[in-house]
Amino acid sequence: MIKELNASNFNEEVLKSSVPVLVDFWASWCGPCKMVAPVIDELFGEYGDKVKFAKVNVDESPDIASRYGVMSIPTVFIFFSGNIISQIVGAQPKAQFKKRLDEALANK
Amino acid sequence: MKEFKDELYDLIIIGAGPAGLSCAIYAGRAKLRTLVLEKAIAGGQLLFSERVENYPGFDEGVGSQELAGKMKKQAEKFGVEFKEDEVVEIALKSQEKIITTADEKIYKGLAIVVACGSKYSQLGVPGEEEFYGKGVSYCGTCDAAFFQGKDVVAVGGGDTALEETIFLSRFAKKIILIHRRDKFRGTKILQERIFSLPNVEVRWNSVVTKIKGAFKVEGVMVKNVKTDHEEYISIDGVFVFVGIKPQTEFLNGFLDLDDKGFIVTDELMAASVRGVFACGDARKNNLKQIVIACAEGAQAAVSAEKYVEDIKTKR
Repeated sequence: MIKELNASNFNEEVLKSSVPVLVDFWASWCGPCKMVAPVIDELFGEYGDKVKFAKVNVDESPDIASRYGVMSIPTVFIFFSGNIISQIVGAQPKAQFKKRLDEALANK
Repeated sequence: MKEFKDELYDLIIIGAGPAGLSCAIYAGRAKLRTLVLEKAIAGGQLLFSERVENYPGFDEGVGSQELAGKMKKQAEKFGVEFKEDEVVEIALKSQEKIITTADEKIYKGLAIVVACGSKYSQLGVPGEEEFYGKGVSYCGTCDAAFFQGKDVVAVGGGDTALEETIFLSRFAKKIILIHRRDKFRGTKILQERIFSLPNVEVRWNSVVTKIKGAFKVEGVMVKNVKTDHEEYISIDGVFVFVGIKPQTEFLNGFLDLDDKGFIVTDELMAASVRGVFACGDARKNNLKQIVIACAEGAQAAVSAEKYVEDIKTKR
């Protein structure tokens, strides 16, 4: 399942994770976010055993969005060992996400 | 491993924006065996707007997602198949045209309609790519909320620029709207709304030449093209609404494109290769509007139907 994050579980789920974590920052009023969501769902099906998948609703958790300097959505970060190792902004094609995930897994 | 799909479609439509969806509705009703390939989600650029106010039949306006969803449902009702996959390669030489996707699937179709649409153009100035997502945005509807109470510049002068600036004005403290000419191209009603907004200032005959900052956008250099006077404006965000460019890179060398990459067709939407048609924002035309994309989609479907009937009788 793609985990819904908020201030109370973000540190535990993301920063302390032993595997890379893909975090999708989104909002209900953002069209391109709706273009990215089904791609993330598919990637979850393909990478779900190696990578943790999570999302942050920027309306509900503006504090997390601003902590990581999110100024445009969709923004997708890949975290590993508490650090951002990859950032993907905008509705990019699936291949772009796959490339970044493969890189994250190769470098972890 | 590439996976061959043995079935042969009458028609494969690339893209499920308004053009592709309208084409799918007409093709479905014509009983063509039709597949639509869309790399993201049905609706395309339509989804970048919040509401659509100029599509006939919706006197109160219509939500962009609702409109896209209804168009897709309508096509599905007539038996059209949809797949979420990105086209990466095409082979158009033989009668059975071959399409390869990012998921390494291979599809065959007798006719192809390219309705792959456009995406936003960039300014092409230093700092723009560096600060994308860090203060540079191409979608006011998406990102306006991050600029609540802040100062931003918006660049452009067409309908989209004016609509998005109006949306931004509900969040930003001040917006400087920068336009390279001395008047807007956008619709009069939108211009009137812009001029009535107290927190929007228009800079005519001006262009952004550089976006500056350390970790995020802190300011822009703006040049007056009449006087060559250049000044630094301190702002938190840059919203770029300077038109669109077609997503036709994968067609380069296969179809005739104009110098901007738009697909050249005749008035029946036929592209330079027999059996290939194009419609909507990726096609060279005069007006990029949902209603135009739909109209062209309908024509492309009818042209494709004639073509398919014709080769089937000869096969």
